[in-house]
Amino acid sequence: MNERVFEPGGAKRLYWSDLWRFRELFYTLAWRDLAVRYKQTVIGVAWALIRPVLTMLVFTFLFGKLAKLPSDGAVPYSILVFVAMLPWQFFSTALSESSNSLIQNSNLISKVYFPRLIVPASSVITSFVDFAISFAILALLMAWFHYWPDWRVLTLPLFVALAFGASMGAGIWLCALNVEYRDFRYIVPFIVQFGLYISPVGFSSSIVPEKWRLLYSMNPMVGVIDGFRWALLRGEAELYWPGLIASIGITVFLGITGLWYFRKMERTFSDVI
Amino acid sequence: MSDWIIKVENLGKRYRLHHQQERRKYVALRDVISEKIMSLLPKRPSAASKDSPALPAGAETVVKRMPKNEDFWALKNVSFEIKQGEVVGIIGRNGAGKSTLLKVLSQITEPSEGSVRMRGRVASLLEVGTGFHPELTGRENIFLNGGILGMTRAEIRSRFDEIVAFAEVEKFLDTPVKRYSSGMYVRLAFAVAAHLEPEILIVDEVLAVGDAEFQKKCLGKMSEVANGGRTVLFVSHNLASLTALCSRGIVLNKGRVQAVGQLGYAIESYLNSGEKDGGRYVGEPNGKPFQIMAVEIYSLSQSGVHVSGQPLRIRVTIRCDRSNKQGCLSMQVTNHLNTPVLHFRAYDQGVFYGAKAGTSILECELPECWLNIGPHRLTLYLSDPPGAGGYETLTGVCPFEVDVRHAAAWFGWRPEACCYITNERWNNA
Repeated sequence: MNERVFEPGGAKRLYWSDLWRFRELFYTLAWRDLAVRYKQTVIGVAWALIRPVLTMLVFTFLFGKLAKLPSDGAVPYSILVFVAMLPWQFFSTALSESSNSLIQNSNLISKVYFPRLIVPASSVITSFVDFAISFAILALLMAWFHYWPDWRVLTLPLFVALAFGASMGAGIWLCALNVEYRDFRYIVPFIVQFGLYISPVGFSSSIVPEKWRLLYSMNPMVGVIDGFRWALLRGEAELYWPGLIASIGITVFLGITGLWYFRKMERTFSDVI
Repeated sequence: MSDWIIKVENLGKRYRLHHQQERRKYVALRDVISEKIMSLLPKRPSAASKDSPALPAGAETVVKRMPKNEDFWALKNVSFEIKQGEVVGIIGRNGAGKSTLLKVLSQITEPSEGSVRMRGRVASLLEVGTGFHPELTGRENIFLNGGILGMTRAEIRSRFDEIVAFAEVEKFLDTPVKRYSSGMYVRLAFAVAAHLEPEILIVDEVLAVGDAEFQKKCLGKMSEVANGGRTVLFVSHNLASLTALCSRGIVLNKGRVQAVGQLGYAIESYLNSGEKDGGRYVGEPNGKPFQIMAVEIYSLSQSGVHVSGQPLRIRVTIRCDRSNKQGCLSMQVTNHLNTPVLHFRAYDQGVFYGAKAGTSILECELPECWLNIGPHRLTLYLSDPPGAGGYETLTGVCPFEVDVRHAAAWFGWRPEACCYITNERWNNA
């Protein structure tokens, strides 16, 4: 029979086996958040499609046809922007949701034991589901324009994984910080807003001057968004390899340090929340 | 002894309390700013004199410095061992540290010192309906709550019908839980938790909510769990439930262990530390010609407990400003439901108070009082013979506990069983 010992600063070894034991909770909490969203609505789950579809329509007609904004070469403007919006929406909702997740679930934290890492992780998973739906809309959009990606689309899963990792890393950091220092509730929307301007969503990375390129690539989403553009747009967008390496490095760094900080603070969560 | 399933050694849990600095009576902006800056600087040992800048002599200032950060030990030096299959009650006044102890055992909060060792899967019920979301239906909440408490979906599915049957909510499974009555809510929540099958079950006063029917059901389910060889830790204030379920008890007092041992011993110890004036009443002068000044049940044990079967002796002291030809006194003993179980009438036996002015003392003795377990109180009626004036009615005074000691050890008495225990004889014919 496995024996558990709780001591101040102890009980680390069993955490990972506990995460495995409670693995279904990842799914359960994510499912709960999704199910609750559409309760007592008439249209129900169809709402999940409406926002990305509307966004897509706005991009196509307003920006593409009416404003006739130029795009890079043969790529329709709406696709250009949508491809960048996709990972950005994922990242920003994941960040906002996970930073608040522990506080939203404070009644669970103070009454039941399960590895607390599951809480921010499940909010990232919830945002990922939205991402998947928007991705399907993107596929429809591409079908409309008869614009199909080439072999580079096979690398897409890597960039998705990178986006997931960046969201998790930053999300866990903010989540843990927010429990103790409630200032982060106000800081996070600002980060998200600011991030939108320094990430290549509204513009292409090629306009960033060479000498700032590396610093600019410290933003993990730069690598992700550029990667998405490269993978889906037949290489229209060029991939800046050092930038990508930097983004991967930052993501890994965020993830590892985030995990360390979260685990360190976890034992005080129920006392502080 | 290596057959323990829970072993706690020198457990301590400390919380840091933060106190705000007390304001001075004259609050000058200069003082406020300097105080703020001072609090940001690293503390110096001789800061006491420097903290009060020059004030005019004779100015009324209240400069009270509470320690900025005070340590509060919710638990200190707690040690005990629990063996497999034991059902242990954790008793203590409010604020003794019971819930904190359960939180540490459930791994919700970390100990500040000492260690806890557990061999086995733990499930805790610290609150009924943890994680229930009001928008989700009963069915969905069963899966949600079960998952949160540690059951896998497969386990929940296999026990789903039992859970629904226990909760008696078949008809309402697909309505959102926010539409449930509080009774249904609590029944469903307990039903899910009751079907956990951990090696160690920890239950915290969850039975405090719900109606009597529900409480009976919960107790029944918990005895079932206990009889299945699982270890149960049960926190409750209800001594009757504790007696019905537990074999051992741990008494906590202000974060320390006051007693560990057989349940009866633990209960004695707990009651001993409780209110010393159980079984006693003292009256404030009310200006009436006749008044009950004191009531005392002087046959109670040292811990204020009446042991069923022992004599019950009550002394009533009455102030009489004048004499009364036939002063009538009667008393009732009421149980936890406020039902009168016994009724004593002094005047039936020709005993009256107020034969002359001054103080009358009436004593009543029941040679063998076989009250059932639970809290009881007295109600007294002071009057003239029926038809004339009533001077005083004292309701619900002199609270005292009744304990039943002669029962078979493995089957306790409950207050709902009866009002009064009889001395009947059984034999195998």
